Amino acid sequence: MASILTNLFDGVAYGMLLFVLACGLAVTLGLMNFVNLAHGAFAMAGGYICAVLVNQSGWPFFAALPLAFVGSAVIGIALERTLYRHLYSRSHLDQVLFSIGLVFMSVAAVDYIMGSSRVFIKLPAALEGQIDLFGVGIGRYRLMIVVICGLLTLALQLILAKTRFGSRLRAAVDDPRAAIGLGINVPQVFAFTFAFGCGLAGLGGALSAEILGLDPYFPLKFMIYFLIVVTVGGSSSITGPFLASLLLGIADVAGKYYVPKLGPFVIYTVMIVILLWRPNGLFGRTAAR
Amino acid sequence: MFNRRKRLLWCAASAALWGFCASVPARADDAVKIGLILPMTGGQASTGKQIDNAIKLYMQQNGDTVAGKKIEVILKDDAAVPDNTKRLAQELIVNDKVNFIAGFGVTPAALAAAPLATQAKIPEVVMAAGTSIITERSPYIVRTSFTLAQSSTIIGDWVVKNGIKKVATLTSDYAPGNDALTFFKQHFTAGGGEIVEEVKVPLANPDFAPFLQRMKDSKPDAMFVFVPAGQGGNFMKQYAERGLDKSGIKVIGPGDVMDDDLLNNMGDAALGAVTAHLYSAAHPSQMNKDFVAAYKKAFGNRPGFMAVSGYDGIHLIYEALKKTNGATDGDKLIEAMKGMKWESPRGPISIDPETRDIVQNIYIRKVEKVDGELYNVEFATFEAVKDSGKTKK
Repeated sequence: MASILTNLFDGVAYGMLLFVLACGLAVTLGLMNFVNLAHGAFAMAGGYICAVLVNQSGWPFFAALPLAFVGSAVIGIALERTLYRHLYSRSHLDQVLFSIGLVFMSVAAVDYIMGSSRVFIKLPAALEGQIDLFGVGIGRYRLMIVVICGLLTLALQLILAKTRFGSRLRAAVDDPRAAIGLGINVPQVFAFTFAFGCGLAGLGGALSAEILGLDPYFPLKFMIYFLIVVTVGGSSSITGPFLASLLLGIADVAGKYYVPKLGPFVIYTVMIVILLWRPNGLFGRTAAR
Repeated sequence: MFNRRKRLLWCAASAALWGFCASVPARADDAVKIGLILPMTGGQASTGKQIDNAIKLYMQQNGDTVAGKKIEVILKDDAAVPDNTKRLAQELIVNDKVNFIAGFGVTPAALAAAPLATQAKIPEVVMAAGTSIITERSPYIVRTSFTLAQSSTIIGDWVVKNGIKKVATLTSDYAPGNDALTFFKQHFTAGGGEIVEEVKVPLANPDFAPFLQRMKDSKPDAMFVFVPAGQGGNFMKQYAERGLDKSGIKVIGPGDVMDDDLLNNMGDAALGAVTAHLYSAAHPSQMNKDFVAAYKKAFGNRPGFMAVSGYDGIHLIYEALKKTNGATDGDKLIEAMKGMKWESPRGPISIDPETRDIVQNIYIRKVEKVDGELYNVEFATFEAVKDSGKTKK
C-alpha cells in the first residue's frame, strides 16, 4: 500500500515537472499556432544558468531559480524579436526546420562552452532525502517540485481567466484581426507570452536537472515528451496539458514500476489510445487560426 | 620576355615540387603514424578526452621518437557513431597511410573498424570499448582497456563469499549492460546467491525513481548496478534521495558506475559502494601516484580508467616498435605485442598471447573519503584475471 502511494506521489511530481517544462510549448503551439521544437533549448538554458550560478558563483539554490526563469525569458524575448516573429506567418514546415536548426545550434553551443558531461546543481541539505509521512516515503525534492508547480499552475490559470492581459491574449488568439481592430497590440501580447513560456521552460529546466539530468542533449532527448504532453492535452487551454502531464507522469512511473519490461512503452501506448479516442487531445478543439 | 619569365617560374615551381616529392618518402620512413579515432564530442566525449590527454602526457614524458622513428598521432572525432568510425578509419589508412589505428570509445565503433584492420594488416589498438567479442573480430586487434566479464565475474564471486545472498539487479538495456548482467548472474548464482529482482532500464532513461522504488520494495542485501558512465551520478543521487542507503541496500557492480571522473560529484551518497574494477586513482603504487600527479598537473582533473587504458595503449605501441626496431609491418608488430608484460599505473598487466586481450588485476574497492574527496579505495585483489567471456572453442 505504502509503495502505491509513493509511486503515485512520484508520478505526480514527474507529471508536474513535465507540465512546467511543456506548458510554454502549449502556449506557443496552441495559442500562437507556432511549432517551436526549440522549446527544450530554453529549458536547457535555464538549467545551465542555475547550475553556473549555484556551482560557480555560490548562489543559494532558491535565489538562482527565479534567475533561471528571468534568464530564459530574456533569451526568449531576444530571439522572438530578432528571429521568431518573422516566421509567424510562414508555413509549419518552415517553422519546424527553423526551430530544429536552433536546437542543433544550441546543443553544439552548450557542448562547446560547458562541455558534454552531465551537470549537477548543488542542492541545499534541506532538499535531500525522504520524509516519512504515515509510512509513505516522500522525497523532499519532489515535494518541493509539487508545491512550486502547483502554485504556478494556479497562478497561470488565474492570469488567463481573470486578468485583463489574459483576456487580451485569449482575444488575440481567437481572432487576431478583430483583436487588432479593437486596439490590442497583438505582436506585443505574443512577444510577452512567448517570453513567459520560455521563462517557465527555464524554470522547469533548472528544477529537472536533479531528476532528468542536464546535458547538452537535453532539448533533443525531451522534445518528444513535450510534444506528447501537448498533443495529448490539447493545446487550447492550460488545464488540458496539466491533466495530460499528470496522467503521463503517473502512467510512466506506474508502468515502469509494475511492468518494468514494458516500462518505457507505457507512455506511448497511453498517447496512442487517447489520440485514437480523441484526435484533438483530451480537451482539444481545432487550432485557432 | 614574358615567356621567359613564365618559364623561369615553371622551373622554380617544378624544382620545388621535385624537392618536396623527394623529401616525402624519406620522411615517411622515419615517421610512424597512429590514427587515433575517439569520441571527442557527444555523450561519450569524456572517454575521448581522457584517452587523448593520457596519450599526450605519455608522449611528453617519453619523447616522440622510438627506435629512431618519429611518432605522429592523428586525432579524429567519430562522436561514437560507428559509421563515422569506419569512414575515418578508411581515410586514415588509405590517405594518411597510418601504421596503427587506435582509440575506439564504444564497442560498435571498434567492430566497425575491425575488417579494415584485417584488410590493411595494421594493428588496431582498442583503448576503451569493453565487450568480449571485439578481439575475435580481427587477428590484428589488441586491447589495453578491459572487458566487462573481467569485473562482473569477480564482483559476483566476491559478494557470495562475503555474505550477500540476495541481490536485485538494475542494468541499462544495451550490449555492455547485458554482458555485465549475464556474467554477474553466472558467477553469483553458481556460488549460491539469489537474484530477487531483475530490472533492465532503457538506455535513454529520464528518471530512475520507479525502478529504484521496485528495488527498495524487493528488499535485497545489495543491488547490482550497471549504467553508462554519464548516468552514474544521477543514479546515485536518486538512490540516496529514496533512502536506499539508509535501508541498508548496498550498491555493488563493475566499477564503471564509480568512474573517478564523476565520483567526486556524486556526493556522500556514493560512500560505501563496493565495485570491482581495473583501476582506481587511489591505487597505492608509486607509479600510479606519479601518474595521477602528472595528469592532474597537466589537465587539472583526476585520471579515470579510460585515461589509464589510453596511457597503456600508447605504451604498448612504443614497446612493440622498440621490439621490431622500428619496423612497421603489421604482423611483426602484433607478434611483438603478444605476451608483452609491463607495470602500468593500474598494476601489473600483460597481453594474452592467445586472445590479444588484456590480462590484469581486478581490485575490489569501496568508496571512501580521502582528504575530503571521494575515492575508490582498493581492499582486495584478484590477480591476473583473463577475459572469461570469449566464445568457447
